[in-house]
Amino acid sequence: MTNHWVDIKNADVVLVMGGNAAECHPCGFKWVTEAIEHRNAKLVVVDPRFTRSAAVADYYAPIRVGTDIAFLGGVINYMLTNDKIHHEYVRNFTNATYLVREDFAFDDGIFSGYDADKRSYDRSTWNYQFGSDGYVMVDETMTDPRCVYQLLKGHFSRYTPEVVSGITGTPKEQFLKVAEMIASTATADRVMTILYALGWTQHSTGSQNIRTMAMIQLLLGNIGRAGGGVNALRGHANVQGITDMNLLTASLPGYMRLANDAEQDFQGFLDKRSPKPLRPGQISYWKNFPKFWNSLMKAWYGSVATPENSFCYEWMPKLDKGYDVLHMFERMYQGQMNGFFCQGFNPLAAVSNAKKVGLGLAKLKYLVVIDPLATETSEFWRNAGPYNNVDPKSIQTEVFRLPSSCFAEETGSFTNSGRVANWHLAAGAPPGEAKTDSDIMAGLHMALRRLYEKEGGVLAEAVTSVYWPYGDPTKPSPEELAKEFSGYVVRDVTDAADPTKVLLKGGQQVSGFGQLRDDGSTACGNWLYAGHWSPEGNLMARRDVSDPSGLGYYPNWGVAWPANRRILYNRASADTNGKPWDSSRTGILWNGSRWTGPDVPDMAPTAAPENGVGPFIMQPEGVGRLFALSGMADGPFPEHYEPFESPLAANPLHPDNPAARNSPAARVFKGDMEQFGKADEFPYAATTYRLTEHHHFWTKHSHANAVVQPEQFIEIGEDLAQEKGIANGDMVKVRSNRGEVTAKAVVTKRMRKLTVEGKPVHHVGIPIHWGFTGVARNGYLANALTPFVGDASAQTPEFKAFLVDLERV
Amino acid sequence: MKMNRRQFFKIGAAGVSSSGLAMLGFSPREALAEARAFKLARTTETRSTCPYCSVSCGVIMYSLGSGAKNVKGSIIHIEGDPDNPVNRGTLCPKGAGLLDMVKSPNRLKHPEYRAPGSDKWQRITWDEAFERIARLMKDDRDQNFVQSNDKGQVVNRWLSTGFLASSASSNESGYLTHKVIRTLGMVAMDTQARI
Amino acid sequence: MATLQSLDVVERSATTVPTPQARDGVPKLAKLIDVAKCIGCKACQVACSQWNDLSEEVGQNVGVYDNPADLSANTWTLMRFAEQQRADGGLEWLIRKDGCMHCEDPGCLKACPAPGAIVKYANGIVDFISENCIGCGYCIKGCPFDVPRLSERDNKAYKCSLCSDRVAVGLEPACVKTCPTSAIKFGTKDDMLEYGEKRVTQLKERGFQNAGVYDPQGVGGTHVMYVLQHADKPENYVGLPAEPQIASMVGFWKGLSKPWAAALLGLSVLGAFLHYVTHGPNEVDEDHKNGEEV
Repeated sequence: MTNHWVDIKNADVVLVMGGNAAECHPCGFKWVTEAIEHRNAKLVVVDPRFTRSAAVADYYAPIRVGTDIAFLGGVINYMLTNDKIHHEYVRNFTNATYLVREDFAFDDGIFSGYDADKRSYDRSTWNYQFGSDGYVMVDETMTDPRCVYQLLKGHFSRYTPEVVSGITGTPKEQFLKVAEMIASTATADRVMTILYALGWTQHSTGSQNIRTMAMIQLLLGNIGRAGGGVNALRGHANVQGITDMNLLTASLPGYMRLANDAEQDFQGFLDKRSPKPLRPGQISYWKNFPKFWNSLMKAWYGSVATPENSFCYEWMPKLDKGYDVLHMFERMYQGQMNGFFCQGFNPLAAVSNAKKVGLGLAKLKYLVVIDPLATETSEFWRNAGPYNNVDPKSIQTEVFRLPSSCFAEETGSFTNSGRVANWHLAAGAPPGEAKTDSDIMAGLHMALRRLYEKEGGVLAEAVTSVYWPYGDPTKPSPEELAKEFSGYVVRDVTDAADPTKVLLKGGQQVSGFGQLRDDGSTACGNWLYAGHWSPEGNLMARRDVSDPSGLGYYPNWGVAWPANRRILYNRASADTNGKPWDSSRTGILWNGSRWTGPDVPDMAPTAAPENGVGPFIMQPEGVGRLFALSGMADGPFPEHYEPFESPLAANPLHPDNPAARNSPAARVFKGDMEQFGKADEFPYAATTYRLTEHHHFWTKHSHANAVVQPEQFIEIGEDLAQEKGIANGDMVKVRSNRGEVTAKAVVTKRMRKLTVEGKPVHHVGIPIHWGFTGVARNGYLANALTPFVGDASAQTPEFKAFLVDLERV
Repeated sequence: MKMNRRQFFKIGAAGVSSSGLAMLGFSPREALAEARAFKLARTTETRSTCPYCSVSCGVIMYSLGSGAKNVKGSIIHIEGDPDNPVNRGTLCPKGAGLLDMVKSPNRLKHPEYRAPGSDKWQRITWDEAFERIARLMKDDRDQNFVQSNDKGQVVNRWLSTGFLASSASSNESGYLTHKVIRTLGMVAMDTQARI
Repeated sequence: MATLQSLDVVERSATTVPTPQARDGVPKLAKLIDVAKCIGCKACQVACSQWNDLSEEVGQNVGVYDNPADLSANTWTLMRFAEQQRADGGLEWLIRKDGCMHCEDPGCLKACPAPGAIVKYANGIVDFISENCIGCGYCIKGCPFDVPRLSERDNKAYKCSLCSDRVAVGLEPACVKTCPTSAIKFGTKDDMLEYGEKRVTQLKERGFQNAGVYDPQGVGGTHVMYVLQHADKPENYVGLPAEPQIASMVGFWKGLSKPWAAALLGLSVLGAFLHYVTHGPNEVDEDHKNGEEV
């Protein structure tokens, strides 16, 4: 979230789209009901299903799965043609005025630079025009045909209400009503928040779904403001923290991108990640990358990491490509992996195409499952009848199942979706011999380290040199680890002008990332968390419930990254003079000499507004990008592409260009393209989702939750039920080109037939929560059905839009 | 509403049966009209965070026992933490049922091993688990570690073992996990951020 | 502690001795369920079962979201879902939290023949004192909202206690505390009525012309009330009666049958005693098992 949970109460319009906040985040959704009750806010829900969010909405509009960009692109077109944008914000805080290269082009669904064989773009033309001073050229009048504003307007002019309605199935007047409600916040005194979740990310166009919304929020001037922002409601209690710790293929803690093969030179690697400002006077905060990187290496390799050995740069792996979850299972399926660890992760249930996942696991030499619960993945070799019909004898994988503690039995911190880290305490020991995740990882490390010390091995020193300063090496305490990632001073740092003056005392915690240094004198496991355990103590454990502004910042409850800012980009909450757009919802304001206000300024505190430092300090140009440059794999502007499995044979925007039917840059593995079903055999649009009574595949192990939602079901509309002769409570079999699920039918008015390009489209809803372990009734893995294709930029699997057939059994 | 003869009789009979029994001395002393004793009166409160969605609600775990040496504490109830500014004491159906997850019959208690081709688990010790897993990891890493690519560039990556990390782990555990696996050169790693 | 002294009991089933009426400063309490804010998440159901240590069996899906399918001895509150097509083509998903309404004039208590098995406290809570329950099921017949349920395990009737053990120590009921969207509020009845009216005004401004507070006077008002978007059509909320009344039979029992009962006493005691020793107290009443209509 750019903002945070309580801040939702400050909104005038709440859009829930690509998510179902009431069901999946009920306690966060309370701030929506607060906004409705206390601000007279309006709640708008756009979803293929009439959800429990829709049940309390002021306005609901249906949409066909996988067509969100068409809908939102239509909203952009509506805003631009009806002049519903926040002009001052757009001119000053976005790249609308920037000029784009003459050779950037978009032709019938394909951007310039496309390589059809590689299914990827050469993105070099997706860039600005630069002047002789080295800075980007701008046109303040926004009339130059190559300025971003004009290109944007041209790009989205195709998204007329009629076209939108034809693609999305949303009736035109309903689309227009939603567009009008969204556009009502273009004025400075009105703000909209958007709450989305995996309903937007889990598409082959997932990242662009979110980008389109971010562009709308920039055009409306809603980013950086209380009650605004672009808010990802994340799925797990610490998925934000674990993402910040970057247990991801291509990055290190604090979103530091790993090197690729070509980056053999350490200085070149650092320089590339420390971009120079693209406009005069901008901050380009990533210029501090070397301080963050070197401090991380000090935390990991201690005194072994020195400037002379480039802080062990050579030991860090270099990437030829990303090895995300889909890629891992593709390689496993191809027999290219030997070992695999699942820590609190149940991929047999959670990853698309369960059959392929199961076959992959069976090709491993060893599988290690670390979990508090008996997951399906740990028992992928067990024959569970129709739910997992395998032959254990034929599966040669060695499987280890290591019992871990759950939240109640461990001390540590979780970071919520609003980036606020809170410390929690254990209430007792885990059952039996179960251990905490960190004790298990420490046990593994120590066992490996002993082997490498005794036997040597390939690059053994990268293992044996790991800095391991913990009191009990087999049990690093949460406090020790929190202090390590929060950063500390390795040795006294003195004033360059006066060496007798100690600026930072060796051994003390740093108070923030501003104190980190690139010379090896500081260590910090995650720069974003620098100062979370500061010289004042553990800020994550703060429990001060005061909220002086009344806007819900709670500045001394826990601590937020970065630097305890509760709303990111809050410089944009004030105009070019530093005066808040809306003084009743002040984020920060310029008092004549410095930035002040209830939030921590996302800006140098003394940077006067007249100097024109942009609010988006992580970008080298300091402004929000309506044109994404090379940041996205599939285009600098979003474009509607059909899901890989779609009831439509062509993209209505590009009916004659088969290459533009689906996302041209989405990665499809060999063999999977053939596994996509066709509409003649699988005529119904399907989607998967969570129900409010369950959390993923965990709560089926909890009796109380099994009681309130005991058994797998499929949701269909009354029209489809009638067509297929299905009554409420009948058993139905749902098939995709990859697998099948048999479950009870819930026939409902809440799913209705849509008219898409003149033809009827029915939806089939598939809740995900069942499997063959647990105390709820056994069921089929919903991901038996889902396709194995990911988003072009983020590789998130397309769980939310595919094709099925169904029949009564 | 109709009332037939049998039902009418039953009203009378039921009405007197208890008092009649009491008169004959078969009923225990009539219980006082009192509410159930408050079950949390002497429990120990521990603050934690719900492990499910990213609202990350504050919870209070109520445990049996004073914490004295001879007591084995056990969580007997979980409720929302009213101080937490986000959930303000509320919990959704998942959070409200947390105790049943903590106490699930499917909680794992011991390290277990499933041999190739087997259809059952066997219990092993932690030492056996760590040593055997470390051996498998080291053998795989030493055999398949890629020190340089075909262009001769130093790449130091280990592709043949992968790791999916938990998004329900604490920051501390997640950080340590990253430290342990990345320093092995592992690059096949991911989290629930996508799932 | 959670003991409510006898002075707090203002009504007691099947008792001719007058109950104490001395405490008249005790504020009347109420729970207000705002259906317009309810997302049907069932947190209240789970919180109820957790607080009251009730373990329902894992049931089945029967084609709806309502689970468990009905109230029971182990399910004291339950979300009931209704899909209503609006005249303008739109849809409403009306979700009602069902459970004991804690009537000011409780039909269950009036119908109950077991002395002290049902009591009403000065604060308005109607509580079942299960030790005294004889399992006759008349509370069910007496309830205009069809709430109490007999247990097949111990043949006693159960229902929501409004968490009388929590309220007695100054806490709100478990369902109130847990409700994620503040759709369930708790306070004095006066405060709840005032807040309810404010919400009704808001709902009317948002286009619900017939919004209203449901506090049926046929049972003397209730200590569990609803804010309804369509107070003119309570029946749209899955079986919420428009004008609940205590059944006429209950009045008959209270007015006429007590002398009858006394007369029957001598005859019935022997029979009841034999019944008790041959079948034990746990037998389920066949009439209720078969759902026979009285």
